Amino acid sequence: MKISKETLRIAFGNTKFKVGFVIILIFVLWAMIGPLLTPFDSMGYYPVKFGERIAPKPSLPSLKPGSVGEIFTPQGAVEVKHYLGTDSFGRDIYAQLVYGLRSSLFIGLIAGGLATLIGLLIGFVAGYKGGWADESLMMITNIMLVIPTMALLIIIAAYLPYRGVGIESLIIGLTAWPWTARAVRAQTLSLKRRGFVDLARISGMSESKILFGEILPNMMSYVFMVFILQFGGSILAAVGLDFIGLGPTRGMSLGIMLQQAVLWNAINLGYWWWAIPPGLVIAVLITGLYLINTGLDEIFNPRLRRE
Amino acid sequence: MLKVNNLKIYYKTPLGFVKAVDGVSFEVKKGEIFGIAGESGCGKSTLVNSLVLRKPPMVHMGGEAILDGKNIMTLNEKEYRKIRYTKLSIIPQYSLNALNPTKRIKEIVRDLAKEHGYKDREEIENKLRERLKMVGLSEQVANMYPIELSGGMKQRAVMVVSTLLDPKLLIADEITSALDVTNQRIILELLYSFIKEEKIVDSIIFITHDMGLLDKIADRIMIMYAGKVVEIGPTEKIINEPAHPYTQMLLNSLPRLGISYREIKLQEIPGEPPALLKPPSGCRLHPRCPYAMQICKEEPDMIKIGRNHFVACHMYRG
Amino acid sequence: MGEIISLHVTCIGGEIVKNAILQVKNLTKVFKTGFIKGFEIRAVDNVNFTINRGEIVSLIGESGSGKTTIGKLILRLLTPTSGQILFRGQDVSKLKGVNLKAYYQNVQGVFQDPFSSVNPLYKVDHLFDIIFTNLLTDADRERQNTLIEGALRSVKLNPKNVLGKYPHQLSGGQLQRVLLARALILRPELLIADEIVSMLDASVRIGVLNLLGEFRNKYGMSVLFITHDLSLGYYISDKAIIMYRGTIVEMGDIKKVFHNPLHPYTQMLLQSVPDLNVKWELKRRIKPEKEEKGIYAIDGCRYAPRCPKKMEICQKKRPELLEVEKDHWVACYIVQ
Repeated sequence: MKISKETLRIAFGNTKFKVGFVIILIFVLWAMIGPLLTPFDSMGYYPVKFGERIAPKPSLPSLKPGSVGEIFTPQGAVEVKHYLGTDSFGRDIYAQLVYGLRSSLFIGLIAGGLATLIGLLIGFVAGYKGGWADESLMMITNIMLVIPTMALLIIIAAYLPYRGVGIESLIIGLTAWPWTARAVRAQTLSLKRRGFVDLARISGMSESKILFGEILPNMMSYVFMVFILQFGGSILAAVGLDFIGLGPTRGMSLGIMLQQAVLWNAINLGYWWWAIPPGLVIAVLITGLYLINTGLDEIFNPRLRRE
Repeated sequence: MLKVNNLKIYYKTPLGFVKAVDGVSFEVKKGEIFGIAGESGCGKSTLVNSLVLRKPPMVHMGGEAILDGKNIMTLNEKEYRKIRYTKLSIIPQYSLNALNPTKRIKEIVRDLAKEHGYKDREEIENKLRERLKMVGLSEQVANMYPIELSGGMKQRAVMVVSTLLDPKLLIADEITSALDVTNQRIILELLYSFIKEEKIVDSIIFITHDMGLLDKIADRIMIMYAGKVVEIGPTEKIINEPAHPYTQMLLNSLPRLGISYREIKLQEIPGEPPALLKPPSGCRLHPRCPYAMQICKEEPDMIKIGRNHFVACHMYRG
Repeated sequence: MGEIISLHVTCIGGEIVKNAILQVKNLTKVFKTGFIKGFEIRAVDNVNFTINRGEIVSLIGESGSGKTTIGKLILRLLTPTSGQILFRGQDVSKLKGVNLKAYYQNVQGVFQDPFSSVNPLYKVDHLFDIIFTNLLTDADRERQNTLIEGALRSVKLNPKNVLGKYPHQLSGGQLQRVLLARALILRPELLIADEIVSMLDASVRIGVLNLLGEFRNKYGMSVLFITHDLSLGYYISDKAIIMYRGTIVEMGDIKKVFHNPLHPYTQMLLQSVPDLNVKWELKRRIKPEKEEKGIYAIDGCRYAPRCPKKMEICQKKRPELLEVEKDHWVACYIVQ
């Protein structure tokens, strides 16, 4: 579907959208480039070469942001700058943050995308077909809606033998789709009654062509907004799981950072640079997504425009 | 009753001012049904809405509207609230959505009455019942929610609510366009009885694009085009001896019973009404008018051509 | 082509050869509300009528009369509960696939709200593209453009002003004409025009309506003009069908029905029309409709509850549509 120049012009004329878009863009760029600029690995260790092997080594623990730490290598002591300091284990906070951001964005994308896709499919079929297909699909949806997502996620995650980022995305995506399905179904129901669908029929168009050519494009703006919401929701769900220890068994994420900060008493000990940055990044990220969505709402619904 | 002088109401948009009502003057006398006719975009709805409620992007750019001695264009919100529903009341265009769907009819009425200082509950409920009967609705309607009523019934209920406090001037804005023939007639008969028989209201301004309706109910008619008044006169004269080319062309394009395509082919008005951001200079009809002359690029005055009959057209000068 | 010439000849001769192209027999459509237990709405109840070649027939009724439902049934947007729709003698109520496409080359429709009838995301050219992709598939680019321009000109539009524009850039009148052009490009034998001018300005209506007459004169196209406006119906049609609550109450030659209305409902309608040639006595009160329960479950004449002349039998058994004079049918016991 082509996005016309006019749509783009209106989109970027909207303040909320612009601000949100810039925030997300910065984060995405940071997640892509950031890790390349830091010598530390995803856990915040410094990779040191011991002949053929590479062993991760921590720096000095609990350093304040901006301090310089020391890594002991066979070649001698190396001085490294810690922009955000180190945690109680001597791991660089900045590296953890930027790799964690990457991981969170990845989960948001995969889980959010999965939830949107499933919700789209189910809602669409239910709304368009109607009849018993609608009734049965909606029954499943309603049951899923009633079950508290977090509890479900906790139970599933606790029983998994292995947890990685991919699995986490999968289970979040598989539990987040119900309200999308309901919303898409409502949209489909209203669209299928529109005059242009009748006109397409009497022009000899087949049902599937009508679906993809006439109805779906009209839902695209809505679907896009739904995806943004799912994206943000998935990130938060992942943070929630990670925070209580049901996140990926290896690797770093923003939620895991928060979890460890709390577990190791960062706040009480005054190590604010460990607990605050991940929380702040999450908050600003979600705010950016929210702004995009509100801006999109105003763009797609001209009556809400105030500018 | 109401005297409007050179009223100018524009809409403020990012592209400039839309001159929706551009220098409109007319009078509504006591005891008369005054019809305002025109097609979409002529400014009739803007005109009457500006008399009742001015919301941005609507801007009052000039002129006055004098109701009962006071200029209602300069009233503040508090003073306005006093006259709304009591001196001046409007049945809005989308009146089918004008009733609060979460309240029963009698609750809506009660709230309305309380706002205007009528504290006696029983008195109001009696009045409500009386009025419902007058419009042919059963008493039970008072206990119903708006959604339980059909289109025609809702319209009658809205009429009851709008006139409950006996406003002097009632404005009816396209109140029959969503109704079918039978209901339309019923509403019109009710309006007639409100003013001429029951004397609940003193004057009515009836807005519509359907000339046939005005022929039935209005005493005088004002024709608007592109934000200006083109002709005002007694109904009989406007319908049978229209003076302004627009009125003539409009009436000629309306089908009437007895006229069939095989015998007389009716003509539409060629072209489109102008965009009101940059309307044509002078008489706004001149790009489409078959009688257009050079002078039509200048603003025509309202010229008197008969008793109470005025037309804004250069053809009638001198 | 031969058929069009013969129609032309017979028109000049003063007589139109009766040649039925659409026949509706015992057509019934029942809507059920609720999945398990609901109540029935008999939107169209045992309706019979015929449309001949080159005829413009007005299907007149108020809201709830079933007229729009009939239009949709003929256009196969709905399936009949029972009864037949015969186009040139063939029952079309169960057509599918290729046969349905062939049907749409002969029967087309234009609906009430032009802006709702078009997909706001696409330029209006898309309307024509769909036709060429699905129905007129063997026209090459050049022929397509010729056909489109020809069709737009025949509805008095300049192709340059219309093609390449989005729906919201056109006025209601223009868009409705584009939709007529779209239907016309197929040279259908029957056009279903469902309230096509109701949402247009008064002065614009007649221009669009005149087009229907022109198409009939030039191409021998028949039109089923669905409307609630009697004056419009009188202006353009040869025949009128008056409907009330899913049943036909009166039908026939337009002049006979309008100048000599026999059914009480038709009489009431004609008196209540705000037509410039009709005088009203504002003090005479019309009986408003009572609250709606069970109106569709009535066994007898549907109009009986409101009829000033009703008799015993009216509420027991539905009157049949009988021919009381040539080209004039009424379903009413009083007249029969």
